[in-house]
Amino acid sequence: MHPAFSVIFLTTLIGVGQGLFLALFTGQLYALANLLPAQTDAFYAQGSLIALLLLIGGLVASVFHLGRPERAWRAATQWRTSWLSREVIILPAAMLFTALYGLFHYFGWTQPLFVISQTLPVDATLIVGALGTLATFLLFLCTAMIYASLRFIKAWYSPLTVANFLFLGIASGFMLAAALSAYTSSSLVVFYGTWAVVATLLGAITRGASLYRNSDFRCKISMQSAIGVHHAKLHQKAQGFMGGAFNTREFFHGKSDALLQMLRYGFLLMVFILPVLLILLAYLLESSRLPIAAFLIQYAGLVIERYYFFTEAKHPQNLYYQSMA
Amino acid sequence: MTQLALVIDLNVCVGCHACVTSCKEWNTSGWAGPMTDQRPYGEDPTGTFFNRVQTYEAGVFPHTETYHFPKSCLHCEDPPCVPVCPTGASYKREDNGVVLVDYDKCIGCKYCSWACPYGAREIDEKQRVMKKCTLCIDRITDMSLPESERKPACVLACPTSARLFGDVHDSDSEVSVAIREQGGYALQPEWGTKPANHYLPRRKTRIQIHEDELVRADNPLKKEQLPSLPEGGETLDDVAW
Repeated sequence: MHPAFSVIFLTTLIGVGQGLFLALFTGQLYALANLLPAQTDAFYAQGSLIALLLLIGGLVASVFHLGRPERAWRAATQWRTSWLSREVIILPAAMLFTALYGLFHYFGWTQPLFVISQTLPVDATLIVGALGTLATFLLFLCTAMIYASLRFIKAWYSPLTVANFLFLGIASGFMLAAALSAYTSSSLVVFYGTWAVVATLLGAITRGASLYRNSDFRCKISMQSAIGVHHAKLHQKAQGFMGGAFNTREFFHGKSDALLQMLRYGFLLMVFILPVLLILLAYLLESSRLPIAAFLIQYAGLVIERYYFFTEAKHPQNLYYQSMA
Repeated sequence: MTQLALVIDLNVCVGCHACVTSCKEWNTSGWAGPMTDQRPYGEDPTGTFFNRVQTYEAGVFPHTETYHFPKSCLHCEDPPCVPVCPTGASYKREDNGVVLVDYDKCIGCKYCSWACPYGAREIDEKQRVMKKCTLCIDRITDMSLPESERKPACVLACPTSARLFGDVHDSDSEVSVAIREQGGYALQPEWGTKPANHYLPRRKTRIQIHEDELVRADNPLKKEQLPSLPEGGETLDDVAW
């Protein structure tokens, strides 16, 4: 498939935004359980604002993918059958809960509304945060299922696709939380850094598994089945046009194997190896700059990873566009 | 239920592209148009087509055979492109099974083209919506046309009658009989999309004949075994009855 940068930035930006929201809410839950020192409301409000901006950034990127963005509202109608439609509904919901979460903290509406079992004070931020968490996980599922539900594209048609979107989004979000904590000299750097490393390692396992799965790619369909001529020696002489067509632009990446190999090693290094090493180093040196570098490198790596994700996908329609005489 | 479809006879198609040009001519100015071109006279021309004729070669020279392969939307009975559409712009008509795109609802997200294993859909760069073969829906449903003309433009244009059009659910229709009796097959049947369009394979008429069938072993006169005919030639008249 031709890598579409609009979709690459959509999926990576909202992944970071969702992960950051989860990181903030996880921090609040830990503080509630007295496992971490409570943070100021300003910390949650700032974090939510950044998460919201990232989600909006993803939404803006997605607009460039559409031929007719002015009608995008129509995309919410087919949620019964289309994962893309479901994403279009869940994304604004996640944005809404992220915004409310930030606003409630900003205005300090953290007085308990009621107390469960005399131990768990429930305030408005906790309720909105729980709803936001649900929306965030549903959004990961919807975004990934857009690809994982296409049964003709074997490289994507796997639960590993969902796991990759989930873990890589969470990893980058926690990495950003660690970077923000480092930037604001918060005490949560170690907490977020640790979870970022855990999520990165989980992502390394699932992404590695999907790379391995796709390494011996063989299309289920042959040219014989595509045109129904069962001759052992069959090749194409003409595609029906001399120039290009949508079919040759949208479904081919046109990149050399050497470049793809470089990209693969590049993102493995930048998404998994370097950020983990930098977080470890930051922990040892108690550096406040290295987590920021870790996040920036991981995000750049994720853009490459998503680019590679598109080039991995071999579309069966390409069987009809093998050669031009 | 009716399922309109094309049956394309690869035994007959000569690859003249008349279906391609007549399709473009009819549809660019009709219900499904415009089918715009970009740089039509430039170095890298491109444009929207609903129908292409490709050419394949089977075998190794000199023992080769050329296949001309017209390729358009197959109007699947279980179309994978329809449920993925987020806006409902892609739909399959209940009354005749034709898969269509509502250009007024399409947002041009291209997701349907990703979901089609046949590459039957093309985005129109000018109108920025997805387009595809409509089986000339504005022709075949136009009751003001005489019935003989209520057929897709490609079918009417084909000079060798390689394209048949009809209801594949009606077992007595021309297309159903052709599929049944001449080995009609679907493309990429492995996916279970159940394409409505079918193709008829190359067919060779060979008689199985053995050496001994060329010689009349039971010829009572043993004519074939005579070393040579007598001068002047022997005829049946020479034989005394």
